[in-house]
Amino acid sequence: MIEKQFKITDEAGMHARPASALVGSLNKFKSDIQLEFNGKKVNLKSILGVMSLGISSGSIVTITADGEDEAEAMAKVEETMKAEGISNQ
Amino acid sequence: MTTELYGIAASDGIAIAKTYRLESPSLLFDKTTIEDPEAEIERLHAALTVSMQELELIKEQAEKQIGPKEAAIFGAHLMVLSDPELIGPITEKIKNDGVNAEFALQEVSDMFMEIFASMDNEYMQERAADIKDVRNRVLAHLLGVKFPNPGLISEKVILLAEDLTPSDTVQFNPEFIQGFVTEIGGRTSHSAILARTLEIPAVVGVKKLMASLEDGTLLIIDGIEGKIIADPSAEIIEEYEQRQKHFAAQKDELASLKDAATVSSDGFEVELGANIGSPKDVASALENGAEAIGLFRTEFLYMGRDSFPTEEQQFEMYSEVLKRMGSKPTVVRTMDIGGDKELSYMDLPKELNPFLGLRAIRLSLNMPDLFRTQLRALIRASVHGNLKIMFPMIATLEEFRQAKRLFIEEQEKLAAEGIAFNDNIEVGIMVEIPSTAVMADVFAKEVDFFSIGTNDLIQYTLAADRMNENVAHLYQPFNPAILRMVKMVIDAAHKEGKWAGMCGEMAGEELAVPILLAMGLDEFSMSATSILKTRSIISKLSKAEIEPHIDAILSLATAEDVKNYVSKI
Repeated sequence: MIEKQFKITDEAGMHARPASALVGSLNKFKSDIQLEFNGKKVNLKSILGVMSLGISSGSIVTITADGEDEAEAMAKVEETMKAEGISNQ
Repeated sequence: MTTELYGIAASDGIAIAKTYRLESPSLLFDKTTIEDPEAEIERLHAALTVSMQELELIKEQAEKQIGPKEAAIFGAHLMVLSDPELIGPITEKIKNDGVNAEFALQEVSDMFMEIFASMDNEYMQERAADIKDVRNRVLAHLLGVKFPNPGLISEKVILLAEDLTPSDTVQFNPEFIQGFVTEIGGRTSHSAILARTLEIPAVVGVKKLMASLEDGTLLIIDGIEGKIIADPSAEIIEEYEQRQKHFAAQKDELASLKDAATVSSDGFEVELGANIGSPKDVASALENGAEAIGLFRTEFLYMGRDSFPTEEQQFEMYSEVLKRMGSKPTVVRTMDIGGDKELSYMDLPKELNPFLGLRAIRLSLNMPDLFRTQLRALIRASVHGNLKIMFPMIATLEEFRQAKRLFIEEQEKLAAEGIAFNDNIEVGIMVEIPSTAVMADVFAKEVDFFSIGTNDLIQYTLAADRMNENVAHLYQPFNPAILRMVKMVIDAAHKEGKWAGMCGEMAGEELAVPILLAMGLDEFSMSATSILKTRSIISKLSKAEIEPHIDAILSLATAEDVKNYVSKI
């Protein structure tokens, strides 16, 4: 299992556009990918799950990937976070 | 009888047309027990597939009609239809509870809608409407009823609806849909945003709308005031037709000026810039037709934090602004802190007279390390755009020379480190202290440009604090003393082949613009929202016609005399 923290830097937080970009980039992976925020864990392949957390700008989220392609999945998470301006660190 | 109803102004403009009620079909159903869960799940998947195909079409249509950014929301809708956290629990409910797909869908989607509706963030609350929109489409397919299609409307109407879903609004043809009114929604709901993109008037949040108005009622929608008038009298119609024409003319004029050059009626061209305080302001500057950033205040970088910003943090901020402005000039003013702008992490002695104390360039030269960090960040960022640097509060030539020396030293260091930068960065000064205005001819030989900061120049020249109401009357932009100084500065710049701008509030003042234009001011920088209006004013002025009046204006006795004179030209 891989775990990594991200600080959300998109000014509007995790709204529909970044959330769908993130979720959309992960559907093809077999690994179980979870996002934890404020003590709540959701499936990162679920746009409703991700958005229902109401993650605002400046929040720290923890993402875990578990499965055969976990390394590739986490790399994709990082790539999408950067490319979409969701998090730059 | 004429009825007026009020709501929230969501998109401005005025429309007069017959109403058209857009009503959703009944999506009522009964909870039933089913025999064959597998078949029921298949029925659900069939409805999901058809809904996805429709949404794909709507998304395509939206991309064409409104643009990919607005169409992105339908990508999110599509994702909801394949969301494992939505579909999983629905199929489980069908399997485990033996209930029909309609009921399972409603239960699970209601749960999500409740989560969103209870968030304390307006944006997230409105996402509940997105889920409802998607859910109702699937429900309609399960029930075999037709979903409303506003794309079929082919006469000029104003739509009335309890709420409009994004998939409704995206089908709007602005040729027929003159505007819309809804019972639900706020300024940030999708329908309101789309109305502004389509440039059709909209009023939202009108209570009891659907109960009050029938199909085919003559209606005026006033998206400026957030008001609708049903069954208006002939007089009211005429009044609103006038307002509609006026609005359209004004909009056309300002819109036509957005990408236009700023040219006087006799062909003299000047540059209109925006004053900004952070990278966030760039978008509004460009939307309002700024040809430059005439003043980028960098104080914000130092405020609201507990330590000095690093070179890297500054570099990123400057680069962001420069990249977004592209080849358009961006004049960055080095920090103007100290005095009344105190920083919690900086231990500066209390001053009796902060406006005459250690601030701006004085502080920068007093704390050269801090200043060098800012200069390095700026020089490095210069590769990303058209950067010009100016120093605030210059009172003597020595200060400028000292600051310029530090600038050159940092350039040399960066060059030695092999870091790329633009080696033609213009370096100028703010003219806001009377000594500098008087010595402008000497300064002009050494600086690349002047930017007249009228707010401080007026306050220092007349020795009057405009925040002090007992002396505020002495804060006089039109005092001949100020105008004479402005003229001296512009002439001094031109004599040396340099340019002169103005970044004080005076640059956007309607009565001051003709004088400044005729004096030959090259660049006017103001708050973004004043730009289009100023461009319009300048386009109607003839520089050659005002020029002969300048000597007469400068020999007038009082500020009142100047204002009277100019308003008569």
